[in-house]
Amino acid sequence: MSVFEQKPAGGIAPETDRADVAKRLGADAEAAVWYIGIGAILAFLYVPIGVLVAYSFNASRSLSWPMTGFTFDWYAKLAQNEQLIEATWNSLYVASFATALTLVIGVPAALALDQIDFPGKGVFRKLVLLPIALPGIITGISMLTMFRLFGFNLSLGTVIIGHATALLAVVVTQVYARLQRVPRSYAEASSDLGANGLQTLFLITLPNIRSAVIGAGLLSFTLSFDEIPVTFFLTGRDNTLPMYIWSTLRRGITPEINAVGALIVAASAILILISAVLLRDRSSAR
Amino acid sequence: MTAVQRLRSAAVLSPPLLWTVVFMFVPYSILLVYSFWKTQYPIFVPAFQLGNYMELVRDPQYLRVLLRTLKIAGLVSFFALVLAYPYAYFLVFKVKRPSVRLTLYMAVVAPLWVSYLLRAYTWKTILGTQGVLNSFLVSTGILSEPSSIFLYNQAAMVLTLTYVFIPFMVMPIYAALEKIPPSLKEASADLGENRLATFLKVTLPLSMTGIVAGFTMTFCLAFGDFIAPFLVGGPDGVMIANVIASQFGAALNWPLGSALAVVMLVIVLGIISASDRFERLGAGRLT
Repeated sequence: MSVFEQKPAGGIAPETDRADVAKRLGADAEAAVWYIGIGAILAFLYVPIGVLVAYSFNASRSLSWPMTGFTFDWYAKLAQNEQLIEATWNSLYVASFATALTLVIGVPAALALDQIDFPGKGVFRKLVLLPIALPGIITGISMLTMFRLFGFNLSLGTVIIGHATALLAVVVTQVYARLQRVPRSYAEASSDLGANGLQTLFLITLPNIRSAVIGAGLLSFTLSFDEIPVTFFLTGRDNTLPMYIWSTLRRGITPEINAVGALIVAASAILILISAVLLRDRSSAR
Repeated sequence: MTAVQRLRSAAVLSPPLLWTVVFMFVPYSILLVYSFWKTQYPIFVPAFQLGNYMELVRDPQYLRVLLRTLKIAGLVSFFALVLAYPYAYFLVFKVKRPSVRLTLYMAVVAPLWVSYLLRAYTWKTILGTQGVLNSFLVSTGILSEPSSIFLYNQAAMVLTLTYVFIPFMVMPIYAALEKIPPSLKEASADLGENRLATFLKVTLPLSMTGIVAGFTMTFCLAFGDFIAPFLVGGPDGVMIANVIASQFGAALNWPLGSALAVVMLVIVLGIISASDRFERLGAGRLT
């Protein structure tokens, strides 16, 4: 230990020592409060999901504590539930087409908001972004009244149109946010080098927003797969998966629903990992 | 603008423009028209009269449901804010490693990817009389018999909706806090302000846009929800969206349901435009 690191002798030293210790204790206590608080919030977020998954393996039919044993029975039951399997296929069908539509409509909408000036742009932006905060029930019943007025029958097709409309805002906000971060100079350089607008769009702009488009597509797919308020009003005889779960919930709760839930949690986790990888892809590109 | 450019702009612009007009503007307009129609069971006849709106004013149950819905949405937004603000603050100012920050951020956003219905359903299984919480409390001896106070009331609804919508509060607050330059807090400390004063005079005002955006989202989403009331709400938990849904279902009175939906739409639009105005004012003050 060097001379300089030794404590100076004299009356002041113990006082500063004590102040230091008090300060450090205070900082420790503060850190502890933070960790407990953040831990509690994370527990609030994840204990219910843990309960959902855990009881899908519970031997007993009732969802109560303590758990009675481990079983795969509920999953085996799912595999034989034809209504549920059909509903799952319907949901995949709806989510695929709704996602494709939101991208085909939403990416040009974001491009237009970012790059084109036109009369009524303000109104257009408000209308496109409205469904983000607008309760789904309003989108659902307003489209229901329109389809009925014009004599359309309700089907999975009307559900797809409803989902695409409700989820358009998600795609537009995500893609628009990314477009704002693509430097203008890229497109300028492209046109200076003799590229026409179409070439600039496909060779410069779209590759730069690729991961945002994929991310928005994944999110849109998940949200459509889980959607209820719009589907509730726009579906005909066919059930989607959430609508099927909803109708079984009317009859009471069973561990089978937990098993469906656990599978959805697993599928969501995979999609989140994919989009996290895309996100990392983006930050390493910068 | 050259003709080619104009053509290209039109090509980019027309699909989304057509879509929003046909599937948003037209349906909203039809909803408004329907709200003036008359119901002659079992059909609806075109008319222009304010009977549906008068009915909403005359029958006190509609006002009661509306006030209850506003109260619940307000409570949900409040509790979501109380939980989300410290969480976002911790991520931005206390977590030093970017990877930890990203993980904790994803941890709060990730539940959005898990079915909304199932996240509400799991609370039903936790709070019920035969549920996880009750049986746990009984088995540990805290309760002598299962209690029915946890489920089918407004508290259960506030809890469930807060749980479901909290990510919408965290995201904008996080974004707002992240934008605050550290130099401002340092300057405040250099000028002799203590940490509380720095928080109240610098951090909080600068994060106000995030709070308002989060509050708006959470409030509007909770305001229009009809799934949580169905699952955990019980008899005094009916919200305005449930009444609308029943008018379009069993009650079969679309014109009245449309009038209620128009009221809901007006309230939501009012909240959104107030929040927009605040954001513009706030942005003006920062520059």
